[in-house]
Amino acid sequence: MNRTVALLTVRTLLGRRRAWLLLALPAVLLLLSVVIRLTVGSDEDVTVGLLGAFALATVVPLLGLIAGTGAIGAEIDDGSIVYLLSKPLSRQTIVTTKLAVAVAVIAGFAAVPVLVAGFVLSGAADRLAVAYALGALIAGVAYCALFLMVAVLTRNAVVIGLLYALVWESLVGSFVPGAQALSIQQWSLSVTRAVVGPAAEGLGVTSAVRPAVAVPLLVLLVVGATLAAGRRLRSLRLTGDE
Amino acid sequence: MSETGVIHDIGYRHYDGPRLGLRYITRSLFVSSLKGAYGFGRSARSKVMPLLLLGVITLPAFVIAAIVTIGSLDTLPLQYTQYAARLQLLIAIFVAGQAPQMVSRDLRFGVVALYFSRPLTRQSYVQAKYAAMAAALFVLVTIPLLVLYVGALLAKLPVRQQTSDLAYGLVGAALLALVLAGIGLVIAAFTPRRGLGVAAVIAVLLVATGVAATLQGVARDQGNDTIAGYAGLISPFTLVDGVQVWAFGSDPASLAGPPGTTGGLVCLAVTLAVIAGTYGLLLLRYRRVSVS
Repeated sequence: MNRTVALLTVRTLLGRRRAWLLLALPAVLLLLSVVIRLTVGSDEDVTVGLLGAFALATVVPLLGLIAGTGAIGAEIDDGSIVYLLSKPLSRQTIVTTKLAVAVAVIAGFAAVPVLVAGFVLSGAADRLAVAYALGALIAGVAYCALFLMVAVLTRNAVVIGLLYALVWESLVGSFVPGAQALSIQQWSLSVTRAVVGPAAEGLGVTSAVRPAVAVPLLVLLVVGATLAAGRRLRSLRLTGDE
Repeated sequence: MSETGVIHDIGYRHYDGPRLGLRYITRSLFVSSLKGAYGFGRSARSKVMPLLLLGVITLPAFVIAAIVTIGSLDTLPLQYTQYAARLQLLIAIFVAGQAPQMVSRDLRFGVVALYFSRPLTRQSYVQAKYAAMAAALFVLVTIPLLVLYVGALLAKLPVRQQTSDLAYGLVGAALLALVLAGIGLVIAAFTPRRGLGVAAVIAVLLVATGVAATLQGVARDQGNDTIAGYAGLISPFTLVDGVQVWAFGSDPASLAGPPGTTGGLVCLAVTLAVIAGTYGLLLLRYRRVSVS
């Protein structure tokens, strides 16, 4: 961990336009939950639907994509990463620091809004808010680590990340059940289901993976992706692809 | 600035050949931008994504055509007008990938200054880019429909019915292409960084779809079909689908179509307003670009 790298990353991530995007996504989620609470009232099925289908399936992957690739992709893209790489810092430290900042951003912009939206929608009923916030946090960490690695590997990180998060997890996952076993969304949902407890079945909180499988896979992904990104950063080539 | 082009006489050999004016430049910009959207004229790596998306979006059309032929069905299981809305994720990714490359790089590397030092006006630059993006999207949405049509004719479905259905689908595809091109280009033109532009476009399209679907679901559960219909205005895909439902009487691709004639007219008005509004915003954006 390095304080200067962390501060630089915070400044890139919360720069003017990126910050608007990072703010707009949770703002829509909160607005939607307030509207639904005011018109429909407290309904746990709606809560599960909104937090599961909208927050965990759309908002969290997008925020993970923006934070994960934004933490390092922008610097690689404009070439300013060389100034960072020429400093006497371990490349692994750079990656770990950037990941830590991205995770902190995700915690603030994804997990906390999901928690608030959960409380707004259905209060403390069945620990739904806490369970989904925890799921969002875990998914956010995993997405950040994965997309940070992709950003180091290729310049087209955002599009490739989109293809994974949207096409693989949502589209392919809904047709081919086996694809759900390799989905960050399902892994984090399994944690959510475990926190909700026995009531999960009745509420429709489902996951294709058991927590005993999901948690080791998540740890493996985060550690593996961070190490791989660090290794790749040691031999980064700054050539354009256009 | 003259209409016939600028060739500065700086004392070298004179040029007496034909002078190709504003229209020629605009057309060239349109053609190169359209080709660029599918990666032609760019590196091999930039061809992968658009052509892959085009292939993946056409695949279901082949499957449906095969099913209709083998199963000798008497109608298509998926209507022409619903095809785009069903595969909207792929279309959204195409917009997100190509809209930024179409406008952001020119802005970021200051190439627009070079464009505007020619007789090309800002207005015709915007027109060429808008038309190219819309044409690229129209191709993406139309090719699967043509595959479906050929498949339906090979399966000996009624020709007249299929042709009119295809025509409805093509009108819808044109509207959708214009709406999505406008939204994508405006967002991309305001976010010159490449990665951020991609993320911003996809975020807007996906969140709009997510919000519309959630509101429609909730309103349907409450038994309020009117609000469910109007919630469709939020997402570009359900918006254009609403116009199709009202104008051609096709089945809605989402949970609820627009409520009655008023709803249809509102959908049409919003669609036209989005197209005109995004075009206006693009003009405003490029008026502010300085050439020095």
